[in-house]
Amino acid sequence: MAYSEKVIEHYENPRNVGSFDKEADDVGTGLVGAPACGDVMRLQIKVSSDGVIEDAKFKTFGCGSAIASSSLATEWIKGKTLDEAASLQNSQIAQELSLPPVKIHCSVLAEDAIKSAIEDFRRKQAARAALDK
Amino acid sequence: MDYHATTPLDQRVLDTMLPYFTQTFGNAASRTHRFGWEAEAAVDDARDVLATFIGAESGKEIVFTSGATESNNLAIKGVAEYYKGKGNHIITTAIEHKAVLDSCKRLEKEGYEVTYLPVGQDGRLDPEQVRAAITDKTILVSVMLANNEVGTIQPIREIGAITREKGVLFHSDAVQGLGKTPFDVRTENVDLVSMTAHKLYGPKGVGALYVRRSKPRVRLSSQMDGGGHERGNRSGTLNVPGIVGFAKAVQLMMHDGPEENERIRKLRDRLNQSIVSRLDQVTRNGNAAHCLPGNLNISFSFVEGEGLLMALKDVAVSSGSACTSASLEPSYVLRAMGLDEELAHSSIRFGLGRFSTEAEVDYVSDLVVEKVKRLREMSPLYEMFQDGIDLKSIQWTAH
Repeated sequence: MAYSEKVIEHYENPRNVGSFDKEADDVGTGLVGAPACGDVMRLQIKVSSDGVIEDAKFKTFGCGSAIASSSLATEWIKGKTLDEAASLQNSQIAQELSLPPVKIHCSVLAEDAIKSAIEDFRRKQAARAALDK
Repeated sequence: MDYHATTPLDQRVLDTMLPYFTQTFGNAASRTHRFGWEAEAAVDDARDVLATFIGAESGKEIVFTSGATESNNLAIKGVAEYYKGKGNHIITTAIEHKAVLDSCKRLEKEGYEVTYLPVGQDGRLDPEQVRAAITDKTILVSVMLANNEVGTIQPIREIGAITREKGVLFHSDAVQGLGKTPFDVRTENVDLVSMTAHKLYGPKGVGALYVRRSKPRVRLSSQMDGGGHERGNRSGTLNVPGIVGFAKAVQLMMHDGPEENERIRKLRDRLNQSIVSRLDQVTRNGNAAHCLPGNLNISFSFVEGEGLLMALKDVAVSSGSACTSASLEPSYVLRAMGLDEELAHSSIRFGLGRFSTEAEVDYVSDLVVEKVKRLREMSPLYEMFQDGIDLKSIQWTAH
């Protein structure tokens, strides 16, 4: 299968590979997919006190399109507010990377990973707020 | 490094074929002039070469086809149709080539019963399972000589002894194994054998089916209607240049095979050693003691196969077989061997052959080691493994 140039570029030079301490209060972690399906994405966000995503990191087990989708996702959500990041659609990723139909699920997974990381962060914040009371 | 998918045409084969396109271009079925006679003589010589190659009694037992897919279709459907008055049960294995499995599936729709025997973790079939599966309705057993993904060589002789004792016909798809592991229809008691030229440095588009003519005499219902070529078994004008090339490829293999296989085996072992000694969490699939000399199938845990293939794009290797690489499903062969889906997704097949060199092997092993390390740095699963997290304990989200 031929990959688009943008997929290859992200695959060869992935942005923001790495990890944050997932226990840290300002970090949200999303882990989506399953090894049995051939894709697992872990996307992490570091959020400033005013609710802006300062930094993002990912690690992905999957094909080139899955790696490219997560790389692009981290790049796009950096500097965005949580709400802006949460509104990112998988179709935008698929379009930017010219993903073929069999690879659309990679972009869906990237969207899920962002939402899951935001949820994790918000859950932590809520738990912390409850503790502080 | 994908010699299981196909092989390059040997220049000596091409040289032998060329005159049959331009000078000796006759139709082997033309009985009234010199052009036809010459073509027919060339085809008959080729039959004899193939017969000698597999230990057949005569060239009359060789039916030329368009390739192994057709040979498998003809053997299975042809026997099923001819012997339907005798029984409706066929036995095969779960790891056969799709040309066998899908022929069987078609027959199931038509009311036949098919038993798909499981294989062990090493991909080998236990011959006693064949014995246990045979009923008074069984008309055919079909087991491949060697598997196209993991290279496992099946105990054909032991199975042949059982089918002969029980009086059941035995077909073997020998495409991957011929020339690479000893095979003789007399000692193995095989009654039908599928062959193809392009896995032996011959041309694509030509294959053959061995059909035993005595003890027992095997009959087939033809699957292609027409001029009644190939003793009524397969109509269609013969591909004379292809057939001549097939025979030349076989002659080269008979002459050079033993030495060549030893050389390829050493290269394969070098590749294996070079990869396995430099990476943790890699597993070789198949049965090392009963494996094709050029085959190496490795699972790289925590790295996804397609992602790895992309990193190795300048090297022709594959995850799964060429015939199924368009699908995203992990290899059904590895799954049948009991590999979990994750490992099946992480597997790469290397195939070495006649023109493989030590320099190529070293280049590929260095590249594989480098890329697997890079992808593992990117793999959340590898990080979790290093942190001592049991991946099986995690609630994964299906998608």
